[in-house]
Amino acid sequence: MKKKIGKDPWFFITLFCSVTVVTFILFPLIEMVTQPSLQDLKDTAGDTDVLRSIWLSIYTSGLAAVISFIIGTPFAYLLARKNFFGKKVVESIIDLPIMIPHPVVGIAILGLAGKNHWLGQFMQSIGIHIMGTVTGIVTVLTFVGLPFYVNTVKTGFEAIPVRLENVSRSLGASMSGTFLRVTFPLAWRSMLVGMIMCCARAISEFGAVVIVAYHPMIAPVMIYERFTAYGLRYSQPVAVWLIFVCLALFILLRIVSPVKEKSGD
Amino acid sequence: MIEIENLRLDFSSFCLDDICLDVKESEFFILLGPTGAGKTLILEAITGTGPVHGGTIRVGGRDITSLPPEKRGIGIVYQDYALFPHLSVMENITYGLRYHSNSSTDSRRWVEELMMKLGIRHIADRSITHLSGGEKQRIALARALSVHPSVLLLDEPLSALDPNFRAEIREVLKKLHKEMGITFLMVTHDFSEALFLGERTAILNHGKIEQMGSVKDVFSRPKTPFVAEFVGMKNVLPAVFEGTSARVGDLVFDIGNMKNEGRSFIAIRAEDILIRKERIAEGDTNVFACRIMNVADLGVLQEVSIKCGSTIFTAILSKGDLLYLDLSESRDVYMAVRNSAIHLL
Repeated sequence: MKKKIGKDPWFFITLFCSVTVVTFILFPLIEMVTQPSLQDLKDTAGDTDVLRSIWLSIYTSGLAAVISFIIGTPFAYLLARKNFFGKKVVESIIDLPIMIPHPVVGIAILGLAGKNHWLGQFMQSIGIHIMGTVTGIVTVLTFVGLPFYVNTVKTGFEAIPVRLENVSRSLGASMSGTFLRVTFPLAWRSMLVGMIMCCARAISEFGAVVIVAYHPMIAPVMIYERFTAYGLRYSQPVAVWLIFVCLALFILLRIVSPVKEKSGD
Repeated sequence: MIEIENLRLDFSSFCLDDICLDVKESEFFILLGPTGAGKTLILEAITGTGPVHGGTIRVGGRDITSLPPEKRGIGIVYQDYALFPHLSVMENITYGLRYHSNSSTDSRRWVEELMMKLGIRHIADRSITHLSGGEKQRIALARALSVHPSVLLLDEPLSALDPNFRAEIREVLKKLHKEMGITFLMVTHDFSEALFLGERTAILNHGKIEQMGSVKDVFSRPKTPFVAEFVGMKNVLPAVFEGTSARVGDLVFDIGNMKNEGRSFIAIRAEDILIRKERIAEGDTNVFACRIMNVADLGVLQEVSIKCGSTIFTAILSKGDLLYLDLSESRDVYMAVRNSAIHLL
């Protein structure tokens, strides 16, 4: 006899909540994607300002991910492998950019890089300008994206048994040799996922960027500008193109990162 | 070969203090102790992968205490094999060759020889993913030996293996040690492994070495109650010594002329207790009337708990003996122990 399943109230609760969550996320997005006419989408695709802003969003986010990779990897390794006094505090500091309201991030960076601060004066003296520049955008995006990279990669490093590194060193490999031959080949997937997470967070940033660099305009700033100046109809097509381009990029990244082989251990 | 002097490892929850070990060249030395005794911390101190807070470690006369692991020339094999999952069998075994100055022809020949010796030549090109525990441990051994370490450390190499692979790898270890003549230092919590493989042993408990000596000596003459229990003595009992006798509860054992100064326990192996239906009258044998409390079936052997006066003893009998003597719970019998089977601790 076929067993009846799903009679438990918990089944209906989970089903209801799951449908609610998926609808809550998808419904506004589907509405937004389907509302603009094809003609509007076509016109927007030919708008060089829009294309420039989407491209700027993508490459500044990509740069933020690359910078996070370079400076975040050794730091994530340190957090994964060493215990030291104040480690919990350091880990909380890393999470701060996730919690701080976005405009506050912008104001904080501007306060440091402005001409009233010695650091800002020094940077300007060597030709580094933050206010209203691509450098400023990348700085802000790295600030908000770095925690996602560090946390993801730290978890990846923690999943690699330290004994593998011990064996490598007992066989004669130095610490850097061990990292390159054992740790990196086993952790690069988590680094890629970390970069995707960092990139995803960076590309969605608006509040901090709008304070540090209104111009050159990244896509979220342009969408906001078009919304306030011309209304919903002019801002939606830009948003739709941004979503499509991001979706395509992230799907591509997932495809190029091979699936991990299942271990028999 | 390995000289450890006054080694101190200080952690907030655990401390190893004043550890002194002397492992001789080409010896198979076993560091024994229960889980949490600090055995692996000592291994990590020797390999350089764990902290050292005091003392010195010398290998072949060279002070290696502050050398990085890659400069120590010490091989290690872990119980979970620690094979590199992204490399093939051959790549695992040859991993360390590039860091050593032997000519590549010599190295390759040596690796081939090792693989033949360990019976893993036929799996050289395979991925390590779907190999058996025994094969993985052979690969780990080949990898460690490929770079000619002066000492091979083995961290519970048999613990994670199925019983049939355990016997197989135990034989492999014995053969390798005999053929290669390098110093083996193995950590284990299983005394039977020490009996089979080891020449000398040190027993570690709560960060202190309780006894060190030849395996046979430690087995037959444990010096502390902990060691006695660890080497399988079931009956370790507090005793008061008076001349040639030892009082255990309300029983008085004749211990002959054994020196009992500073001793406060007696220990009797379960297999040294004889159980008889009739009183046995022999000159050097202690005989007591007792009652069987419990018989536990251990398969081939039977563990019998007997109560003599207020003390409970454990004896081991074969199934045949149990049937022959017709022993069962609540039966009154006699327990006999030769005084040479009594160990003073």
